[in-house]
Amino acid sequence: MTINEIQEEIIKEFEKFNTWQEKYNYLIKIGKNLPPLDEKYKTEENLIKGCQVKTWFHSTFKDGKLFFEIDSLSLIVRGIIALLIRIFSGQKPEDIKNASLDFVKKIGLEENFSPFKENSLFKIVNRIKSEAELYESRKD
Amino acid sequence: MFKKKNRFNVKKIRKDFPLLNQKIYQHPLIYFDNAATTQKPKVVIDLIDKLYSEKNSNVHRGIHYLSEKMTEMYEEARIKVQKFINAKYPHEIIFTKGTTESINLVAFSFGEKFIKEGDEIIVSEMEHHSNIVPWQMLCQRKGAKLKIIPFNDNGELLLEEYKKLISPKTKIVAIVHVSNSLGTINPIKEIVKIAHQNNIPVLIDGAQGIQHQKVDVKDIDCDFYAFSGHKMYGPNGIGVLYGKEKWLEEMPPYQGGGDMIKEVTFEKTTYAELPFKFEAGTPNYIGAIGLGAAIDYLNNIGLENIQNYEKELKEYGMAKLSSIEGLKIYGTAKDKTCIFSFLLDNLSPYDTGFFLDKMGIAVRVGHHCTHPIWHHYKVEGSVRASLAFYNTFEEIDYLVKALKEIKKMFI
Repeated sequence: MTINEIQEEIIKEFEKFNTWQEKYNYLIKIGKNLPPLDEKYKTEENLIKGCQVKTWFHSTFKDGKLFFEIDSLSLIVRGIIALLIRIFSGQKPEDIKNASLDFVKKIGLEENFSPFKENSLFKIVNRIKSEAELYESRKD
Repeated sequence: MFKKKNRFNVKKIRKDFPLLNQKIYQHPLIYFDNAATTQKPKVVIDLIDKLYSEKNSNVHRGIHYLSEKMTEMYEEARIKVQKFINAKYPHEIIFTKGTTESINLVAFSFGEKFIKEGDEIIVSEMEHHSNIVPWQMLCQRKGAKLKIIPFNDNGELLLEEYKKLISPKTKIVAIVHVSNSLGTINPIKEIVKIAHQNNIPVLIDGAQGIQHQKVDVKDIDCDFYAFSGHKMYGPNGIGVLYGKEKWLEEMPPYQGGGDMIKEVTFEKTTYAELPFKFEAGTPNYIGAIGLGAAIDYLNNIGLENIQNYEKELKEYGMAKLSSIEGLKIYGTAKDKTCIFSFLLDNLSPYDTGFFLDKMGIAVRVGHHCTHPIWHHYKVEGSVRASLAFYNTFEEIDYLVKALKEIKKMFI
């Protein structure tokens, strides 16, 4: 599936939620199910800078595609990470680089986000995108 | 069961604070972030408005009417602060922009004169970063050493360890009055007494002390006491350094500029008398006068009444929060104020704080600028509910209810 197709799928899934509680219950649920990052990758260098809550980032590049493993001390942030991994992990660097993240607004997370979560979300997305740029330039 | 025995008219008091009367995400605001900053009574807000609308003019330049009046009001504010903390002289009150600047001033000016290589400075494990970093910077400049008084798991300083740290090399002790993260009220009078037996001066970081109880610097006998206006219902950007005359006289100025000089030539500058020696540039005179109004307001309610009511809030809050299964309180000192630091189950404090916000409860989450405290407990930080005298028992009940709901969400 393409990045946009997955985003559309997520938007549809969120349409069935009526309250912010339901949305966050869902985020907590998928946050709990997110596989934890291997302890050996939870290093100082792998911390995403600027996230208020500790969040670690690890990526691998295989067969022209980027794969992400990201973990956080916050369960809500883990829920967001689960969505971002679903969208971006296994995609080509140039597709990741060029993707626009429409789903954030459309699923109504933005309006409900306190600065700390928003901050974390954009910092993680920036990290994913800069990693994609790095691998795209390497390919050239 | 806890008995509410106060006769404190909190309903009436809340009307003095316009900000409290609003809804956040459709819930009535519960403002439990008072250790970060307190809200302002209308008398303070109105006065500042009036000063800018009708009275504004720079101080200490006075040939004209407005400037003279403003200078008078500024100096009256200094006297209000002097009386409020029972300092010996008005010129022992230096206006700064806040506690941080007050501590930096002492670390620089005292350090310049009295600290040399190999000297030692004592702080504690529960200091705010603003009572650690300025001293570390001084140590780096001078080749001095920082010594740390540890605390026990209740959050009480180990005075026996403190006594052991004192040596002929110790030049100053800098200790927090009330911990912003744990709520501990430190026995500062005793700490000062021990230091003075060894002829060592003491600075007290009173950022969280001044608003919760009567502070009498003569009685405490501390050499310096630093605090902020905005944490005691006054305006932002104004703070106080109290210093004993004998130290302030001997210390060189902190910053150079206008207002702090007697005479300037390119060969030599002579400095102004106290307190102006330490107030370079245009001071925050409107902030200072606003702080004076906050002091009047507190005096009207009575510090003793505030202290008694807040003690009841503290006891009620501790009892109620302790009853939540899986909630761990950090800071259980015998003598503590109404600051509650806690973690709920194994949740990140960010997650707990996020949902409290959604329910209209403003708390702070994280390390609260006290990394060493959380290193002590080996956790990343806490959720901190810090209360003031305009908070109520009902608000504590609502917090407890909200926390129980959050617990359910994460099961």
